[in-house]
Amino acid sequence: MATLVVGISDLKIAKPPDTLVTYALGSCVGICLLDPVSRVAGLSHIMLPTQSVAPGDKNIMKFADSAIPELVRKMEQQGAARSRMKAKIAGGAQMFGSANDANSNPMWQIGQRNVASVTDVLRRLAIPIMAQDVLANYGRTVSFDPASGIMSVRSLNKTSKEL
Amino acid sequence: MNQSYDDLSDLHMDVLKEIGNIGAGNAATSLSMMLNQPIDMTLPKVNLVEFNNVADRVGGAEALTYGVMLNLEGEISGMIMFLLNKDFAHLVLNILMGGAFDSFEDMDEIALSAIQEVGNILAAAYVNSISELTGLSINITVPEVAIDMAGALLSVPIIRFGAVGDKVLFIEENFRSAAESIMSHVILFAEMDSLNLMLRKLGLL
Repeated sequence: MATLVVGISDLKIAKPPDTLVTYALGSCVGICLLDPVSRVAGLSHIMLPTQSVAPGDKNIMKFADSAIPELVRKMEQQGAARSRMKAKIAGGAQMFGSANDANSNPMWQIGQRNVASVTDVLRRLAIPIMAQDVLANYGRTVSFDPASGIMSVRSLNKTSKEL
Repeated sequence: MNQSYDDLSDLHMDVLKEIGNIGAGNAATSLSMMLNQPIDMTLPKVNLVEFNNVADRVGGAEALTYGVMLNLEGEISGMIMFLLNKDFAHLVLNILMGGAFDSFEDMDEIALSAIQEVGNILAAAYVNSISELTGLSINITVPEVAIDMAGALLSVPIIRFGAVGDKVLFIEENFRSAAESIMSHVILFAEMDSLNLMLRKLGLL
């Protein structure tokens, strides 16, 4: 059994007994997808909401609106069906500054924009979000186990959550 | 005109290295004054580092790290972030406040504002180096401090760089006092327009 590490602007597919992990999400968002019948799972670590933020950038794994469809496509190649897929998501924190600070740079709200974009893309793909641990102001390491469908979220100085 | 940090020529990289060198030199002087003891430094390492390799350079994605972030405004827009490891932050706090800070739990508002002030002074040192070289006028915003996993703090500058490439401008500085050697890391981001303006001011574009 292996633990597949998903980097920044990266995505990977796993089946039991392998598991997936992505470390220290800040404003980035981790999207865990599972088809509970085929047990094909995927984890994507996106950093920006839409490809339109960086015209010409060829890395489709960087953006929510291109990475999630790519993750779904790769899962389908492994035998998953989109109609059965369920999602769990984590991340999208605002690491610095106060959310209410009128002077704060719009880039500081990128976590929130990432979560909104992920939610929108999943809704358009008709993939329900079963659990989420998003926003707030702290980092999260996310592990996903295709066998149980449990997403574990670990943070510094907080008890870890199983969702 | 550079469209992305990935397009920078060796000559342009040399300019960024020089900014890093002068900035770190100014920072050592400022730190020395703030801590009231001689602070020396070795030549900083200035590199463009792939997103996925940055966290390893600062002790690992999940390592507890102090981050201080400021935005650059005026003729240049961008941001600067300092990542101080626990030892550096505690050393500075112990000297400045005469306290015994061993853990994250000991941090109170006074300690946080001391870290904020360190960030302010270090940022001014870098910004002055850019202004000295280019003649551009740059303002810095009030520093924001966060203590968290290195990777999570890094996501903030990585996202800014993410819109213009797949690497960050990463400066590793090594300060030495009589007793200790401490490392800090700086991530300096200028929007592409600002970077091109800096290079133009230097006659390199």
